[in-house]
Amino acid sequence: MSMWPASDRLNRNSCRTVGDRMGRTLSAWVGVRWATKMERISARITVPSRSGLVNERMVHSHSRLAGMKRRLKSVIAAIVAATAPFATAVALEDPLHSVVWADMKEQFFGAAPVVFDDRIKVIVPRIVENQAQVPITADARALGGVQKLVIFADLNPIQHVATVVPKKASPFIALLMKVEQATPVRAAALLDDGTWHVGGVYLDAAGGGCSAPALARKDADWSDTVGHAQGRMWRDIDGAARVRFRLRHPMDTGLARDNTPAFFIERLDMRAADGQSLAEVELREPVSEDPTITMVLRLPAKDPGLTIIGRDNNGTVYQSVIPAGWKQSGASSRDGG
Amino acid sequence: MTSGDDKVDVSRRQAIAAFAGIATLPALLAVFDANAAPLVYELRPEPIAPGIWVIRGAQEAIERSNGGAIANITIFDTRDGAVIVDTGPSKRYGLALEALVRQLTGKPVVRAYLTHFHPDHVFGNQAFAANVLSAPRGVIDGLAELGESFASAMYHAAGDWMRGTEVMRPGTECSDGVETIGERRFRLMGLGGHTPSDLALIEETSGILVTGDLTFLDRAPTTPHADLARWRSSLDTLSAIAHARLVPGHGPVEEGARGIAQTRDWLSLVEETIRTAFDRGLSSNEAMAEPLPAWTEKVALARYEFERSVMHFYPKLEAGEWPRVDKAG
Ligand SMILES: [Zn+2]
Repeated sequence: MSMWPASDRLNRNSCRTVGDRMGRTLSAWVGVRWATKMERISARITVPSRSGLVNERMVHSHSRLAGMKRRLKSVIAAIVAATAPFATAVALEDPLHSVVWADMKEQFFGAAPVVFDDRIKVIVPRIVENQAQVPITADARALGGVQKLVIFADLNPIQHVATVVPKKASPFIALLMKVEQATPVRAAALLDDGTWHVGGVYLDAAGGGCSAPALARKDADWSDTVGHAQGRMWRDIDGAARVRFRLRHPMDTGLARDNTPAFFIERLDMRAADGQSLAEVELREPVSEDPTITMVLRLPAKDPGLTIIGRDNNGTVYQSVIPAGWKQSGASSRDGG
Repeated sequence: MTSGDDKVDVSRRQAIAAFAGIATLPALLAVFDANAAPLVYELRPEPIAPGIWVIRGAQEAIERSNGGAIANITIFDTRDGAVIVDTGPSKRYGLALEALVRQLTGKPVVRAYLTHFHPDHVFGNQAFAANVLSAPRGVIDGLAELGESFASAMYHAAGDWMRGTEVMRPGTECSDGVETIGERRFRLMGLGGHTPSDLALIEETSGILVTGDLTFLDRAPTTPHADLARWRSSLDTLSAIAHARLVPGHGPVEEGARGIAQTRDWLSLVEETIRTAFDRGLSSNEAMAEPLPAWTEKVALARYEFERSVMHFYPKLEAGEWPRVDKAG
């Protein structure tokens, strides 16, 4: 997993220069809303430079992995029966070798059984063009019986990104998120047998040299547009409704140096005309400003549109209706397309 | 990095050394050897006409392996001093370039034209006097606005190659027309579309056309600041200029206009593919995976730049084209 040639890891002056430079400039890159008390928080996990991340991972991964293996062994016996049909897809060791995997496991799954499963796809771009707007997709459509789909990023200052309770939706969501540094990005599906299946990828947060910087909006700007929503619906090949939706909102993390309090959309409820809930989406602080999501769900045949009820952490409710005047997407709702 | 991390690094090496039965001292010396190893740009000027050279950039993304040296740099000898187009990605590169030009021509650089504000073209500026550096007003202003962000990105991507590099603004504003330096005549054309302000020039005595990043050849064009309609109209302007050889911003120097045609084809491809994906309701990640035609297999970084372009254009399409669906709207 090492991203840097050995000479870079050893070149300590180089690390210091680059690290200092980044510490000073990350706020320019990501915007004051996100760049943050994070240094304090992430110092517990890793140092702000990527070289440092590699160092610490190298130092700790063995003991961490050993500990994780021991803990996992105790649950393996209990879950072997349940997972036997999927045995080929299941791994017991963190394939991403995250130094904080044990913490993540405890935070998100507690004592529940957990297996790694590469049928759960997390898709990220090969380059982070803008750390405030990284498009990611979590896709567990290859599994049946998904009750919940949780997205998290191990090395983000706030790890939890979103949770989808699919109900009448596919266990699939695309959204944009903020990242602070290279990090595993994971999707965990809770199956109806009570086991968590976890997939993920390592997101390299290096940008291109002439990437466009993310400029934070000025406080005065968002109040005119907050709650404005845009969107459209399509019909996937098998008749499922594909919805794309954007809701204007600053999505303040509460970690900014200027003490802007956390202010973010925390929930989107997708409803049919009769009020039936089709899916619930919980969004957290790492979701990018103006949350933009793609989902696939089953809208009752005669429904004129999909109702989306958003709510932010101040309790403000934002209601939208996306009309079902659809076009074919040409995409399949069954797989990654 | 803190000194604590240094200790981590060294103690791990000690642990490895102990494990491998190797003495610790040589391992520590190895650390200092690595510290001492200098980063050196190996600049190889290729003659393209009498008294004119191009240093070819790597057909790659900006990485630690190339130090950001991915853009073409053009050097003209004149009896009154050397003229260069673009200064490279870092102070270190600029200094190496300055020394190389003296070696090639025996003269100092008296004029350095900057084609646009992207860092792989202008971060060697510090090696030259401000009044030697010449660019259109839009490039000067753009660098003032975004230079610091570019610097962060370059430190992030190219690392220690960037050490000491600061944004340096050109001291000479150029405008359309001919600047005569020694026996050479540089006809300057203020265009745009790759960025808000792009400078192209033709040296009329040699017929060498230098387009900056308005053309790429066999390397996918980048679009973080692009206006595609304007870019196309700039390509129209360039197509009308008779030239002996064309120096693209990235890619080989050739006779003819393959760079113009390929850049135009790429822009159409990107625009149409992204538009079609967007109209079908595909997410950004799905759009990035859309198939590209076979001809792009011979274009370096085609998939990489296509993905970047999706990230550049998708938010604009989403904000600009979807209907309002909230109750207030
Ligand atoms: Zn450029």
